[in-house]
Amino acid sequence: MSVISTTPLDGIDAAVAQRLLSTALGSGGDYADLYFEYDSSASYSFEEGRVRTVGRGVTLGLGVRVLRGDATGYAYTEELSTERMMEAARTAAQIASGGGAPAPVAIAPVSLPDFYPVARPWIDRPGADKVDFLRRADRAARAADARIIRVQVSFSEEWREILVVGSNGRWARDRQPMVHFGVHAVAEEGGKRQGGRSGGAARMGLEYFDRPDQSPEDHGKEAARLALCMLNAQDAPAGPMEVVLGPGESGILLHEAVGHGLEADFNRKKTSNYTDQVGQPVASPLCTVIDDGTIGSGRGSINVDDEGNPGQTNVLIKDGILVGYMQDHMSARHFGIAPSGNGRRQSFRHEPLPRMTNTLLAAGKDEPEDIIRSVERGVYAKRFSGGQVNISNGDFVFSLTESYLIEDGKLTAPLKGVNLIGNGPDVLRKVTMVGHDFKLSDGTWTCGKDGQSVPVGIGTPTVKIAEITVGGTKTG
Amino acid sequence: MTADSRSGAAAVPDSRDCLRLAEQMLSLAMKAGADGAEVLVRDGRELEVKVRLGDPELVKEAGSRGLGLRVLKDHRAAVTYTSDFTLDAMRTFARETVELAALAEPDPTADLPLREEMAREVPDLDLWDEAVLSLDAAEGIRRARKGEAAARAVDKRVTNSEGAVFGRTMGASAFATSAGFGGAFRGTNVSLVVEPVCDDENGKKRNGYHWTSSRFAALLEDAEAVGLEAARRTLAKLGSRKLTTRQAPVVFSPEAGRGLLGQLAGVISGGAVWRKSTYLAQREGTLVASPLCTIVDDPLVPRAPGSRPFDGEGLAARTNVVIADGTLRTFLCDVFSARKLGRRSTGSAGRGVGGGPGVTTSNFILRAGKTPARDIELLDDGLYVTELMGFGFNAVTGDYSQGAGGFWIEKGERAYPVSEITISANFDDLWKGLDALGDDLDARSSLQCPTFRVSRMTIAGA
Repeated sequence: MSVISTTPLDGIDAAVAQRLLSTALGSGGDYADLYFEYDSSASYSFEEGRVRTVGRGVTLGLGVRVLRGDATGYAYTEELSTERMMEAARTAAQIASGGGAPAPVAIAPVSLPDFYPVARPWIDRPGADKVDFLRRADRAARAADARIIRVQVSFSEEWREILVVGSNGRWARDRQPMVHFGVHAVAEEGGKRQGGRSGGAARMGLEYFDRPDQSPEDHGKEAARLALCMLNAQDAPAGPMEVVLGPGESGILLHEAVGHGLEADFNRKKTSNYTDQVGQPVASPLCTVIDDGTIGSGRGSINVDDEGNPGQTNVLIKDGILVGYMQDHMSARHFGIAPSGNGRRQSFRHEPLPRMTNTLLAAGKDEPEDIIRSVERGVYAKRFSGGQVNISNGDFVFSLTESYLIEDGKLTAPLKGVNLIGNGPDVLRKVTMVGHDFKLSDGTWTCGKDGQSVPVGIGTPTVKIAEITVGGTKTG
Repeated sequence: MTADSRSGAAAVPDSRDCLRLAEQMLSLAMKAGADGAEVLVRDGRELEVKVRLGDPELVKEAGSRGLGLRVLKDHRAAVTYTSDFTLDAMRTFARETVELAALAEPDPTADLPLREEMAREVPDLDLWDEAVLSLDAAEGIRRARKGEAAARAVDKRVTNSEGAVFGRTMGASAFATSAGFGGAFRGTNVSLVVEPVCDDENGKKRNGYHWTSSRFAALLEDAEAVGLEAARRTLAKLGSRKLTTRQAPVVFSPEAGRGLLGQLAGVISGGAVWRKSTYLAQREGTLVASPLCTIVDDPLVPRAPGSRPFDGEGLAARTNVVIADGTLRTFLCDVFSARKLGRRSTGSAGRGVGGGPGVTTSNFILRAGKTPARDIELLDDGLYVTELMGFGFNAVTGDYSQGAGGFWIEKGERAYPVSEITISANFDDLWKGLDALGDDLDARSSLQCPTFRVSRMTIAGA
C-alpha cells in the first residue's frame, strides 16, 4: 500500500520470462503466455453523513497458460518467487504430453497506444481529499428535496498494472486506472418508498469529476431525482409494443442482444445463433455495431488486451450485414485470422476469453424528437440496471430502472421497474429508426461470462424498435 | 517461516496454519495501535477440468491464499486485504491499516462485538471429505467425458455441446478477533455439470444443463446420470413457443424457485431493514407469506454446502427461523445492523477476504411441504417455470419481473415448452399467493427449496 514508484512487475526481466516460457512449453505445448498482474485498490463508503469505512487492498500474481491445439492448461500463483512461478509453469504444461525442449523465445516489447493517459496513480494521493467528494454528493442529494430520507455514497479507485509475455515473443506492459463513483438515495412520501441511483466509472484519475454532469453534486442530485420520480411511477404495461430506447444506457441492448453472440469462442464451437453467418444480413440495414476498445478514458477501453494484442476498433455489423466476430488468440488461430484485441481476463487467476470492450450502435439520421413523436402508444426506455442473454438461442432480458409511457407521441407517466424481453436477431431486424444523437454511457457496466467479470462500456443513439415484449404487470 | 514452506498448489490447505497466520496478524495490528481488530485468512485449492466433444478443453489447477483485516481505532474502521505473508510485509500492512482508519469518521456502532457474544466452541459440521483429495485432473477428465458422452448419445437431435465441467475445491478458513475468539475450519466440494446443445427450428439452438454438487465424493451423482438428465432437459425445450400475455398460476421448479428465495434473503437482511431499503422493513411479526411457508437459515446442517461453525464476526452459528407459517419472525442481523435496530446479532455475519462483515445467509431453506411435486402441476392451465433470466427485482418496493422459460401446462400435463416471456408480480402478493408446496426439497446448493406454486402472476409475451 506504499506509494507506487516502482511495482513488483519491474522486477520481471526477459531472462525470467524466457525461462518460465521454456518450462511452460516443456511438455509439448504449442503456445504459452505469462500474465503478471499488480492491482492496488482503494474504497470509501459514506452513509448517515459520515465516512463509514475506508478500504485498501493489493493483489499480485502470475497466471501461466499453455495451449495445445484447442486445449488450455492454466495455473497461477500469488507468490512471485522463482520456485512458485516455475511450479505454475510446470502445472500448466501438463495439458500437453511429450515433446522436446522448445527453442528459446526472442522477446521484443510491443509498442502501444495510450487511450487513458494518467500522469500518476491518484490512488496514492491523500484520502482526505477524496472524502470531500463523498460529502459533496451526500449534501446535494439531501438538499434536493425534504423527501430524501437516506443517502449512501461510494467511491473507489483501482490502479492495475499488467505485463503479458507470449511465446510468440510479444512483451506488453500496460497501466489501467479506474475510478468509480456511485450515489444511492431513498425517497419517502406517505408511506411509499423508492430508491434511485446515479454513478459512473472511467479509466481516469480525479479529473473524472471535472467533466460536465459528473461532479459529485450532479450524481447526488440525479440519484435524488430518480428516487422522487419513481414515487409517482405507475404499473408498467405487459405485452408486445413499440419501444424507444433513449441514448447512452440503452446500449445494454447491443451488448446482450448481439454482443455476446458475436464473441468468437461461441462461433468457433458453433453454439451461437450467429454461427456461420458472416456476410449475411443479421440486423436492420439501419444498424452498424462496433466494438471499440480505443475510446479515450472509456470504462471498457484497453491499450492492450490480456494476451498482448493492442486494443482496436472492430466493426461487427455494417449496415445490417455481419462482418466478423470478436477474437482472442485461440479463436483467431482457429479461424486463421488476426486477433482483434478482445482477449480479456478478470485477473491472473483466469484464462483469457473473447470479450467485449465498448460496444456501440453507430449514429443514424433521425431526429430523436421525431422518433418519440412517431409512437402512438409505447414505452420510452431511459435507464437500465442490467441484462442477460442466452447465447445459444439469442433470447435476452434487460431491466429498466427509468422508463416512461409514450402516449400520442409524448412521454407521459413514469413506469415502475420493468423488463424487456426479446430475441437478439429478431429485435435487431425490428429497428426502424436510429437517431443522430449517439451517446456513450458513463455507467459502471460490468460484464460477466464463465464466472469472469470485466469492465465494459456501452453506447447508442435514440433507437426505435417496432415491437418488443414489455414485462409489466398491467394486462389489457 | 512455516507459511512459506508449503509445497504449493498440490498441498492440502491447513486450517491450523491459517489460524496461526490470523493470530499473528491480529497481534501485529494490536501492536500497531489498533483498539480492536479482526483477521480472516483463507487458503484454497481449485481444480477445474472441462471436456468438450470428448477432448479436454481446459485443465486449471492452482492454490490461493489471502488475508483480510479490519481494524478499529478511536471507533474508526478500516478494511484491507493482502496476499503477502512475509513477516515484514505483514508488519507494514498492519501499521498502514491502522493509519488508514484515521480517514474514517467515528461511529461506536461499528465497534467489534462484545466479548460475551463470541462463540465458545467450533462444532465439527463434517464438511471435509478426505476422499475428495484423490479426485485428480485425470479422474475429472474421465468423469466429464463420461457425462458428456452420455448426453450426446441420447438422441441425434443433440448436435453440439457446451461441454462438461468437473470442479473440485478444498479450502481452509480461519478467523481471529481481539473481541476474544479464534477458530478455523475447512471444507471440500466436488461438482459436475453437463451442458448439451440441440438444434431447433428456425436456426435457433437450445442449450440445457444438469449438475451435481456435494462436499462428499461418494454423494456426487453418477456422471452418466447427470449427462442423461442434461440431455432430457435440453431436448424438452425443442419447439419452444412464446405465450400470449395473460394471467395464470405459476409453478416453480426447485431450480427456478431458488432464484426467488435468493431475492427474499436480501429483503429480510438487517442491513436492508435499517437502511429502509426493503419493502419488509416494518413487517416483523406480520404475515409476509402463505401459511404454508416456513423459512430457516441454518448454518449447522452437517455436510451442507452453506454450513459454517461460526459467523463472519466470530459469533456462534445458530439456526434462525426467519418465517414461521407465513409470519416474519426475525430479520437476519450482523452486529452492526443489530445495533442499528436496537437488538442482538443473529450470528448471520459473513465476510470475505476483500471486505468487512455484512449480513449473509448460510443454508437458507424453504422447508418442504407435503404435496407430491407432480401433483402441484395438476392445473387446467398454468405455467411451469424451469429457468429465470435477468435482474428485475426492486427490493424497496417488492416489484418483481424476470424473464422466464419452462412449459405451458394444460389439463395437468406439460403441453409444450415456452420461452421469451416474462413473469411479474409484487413480491408480497407472490409469497402470500403460494398455494402448494412440494415434498421434493433440492439440497444441492445453499439456497434450498422444493417445487412450489403461486396462484396468479402476470405473464407477458406475444
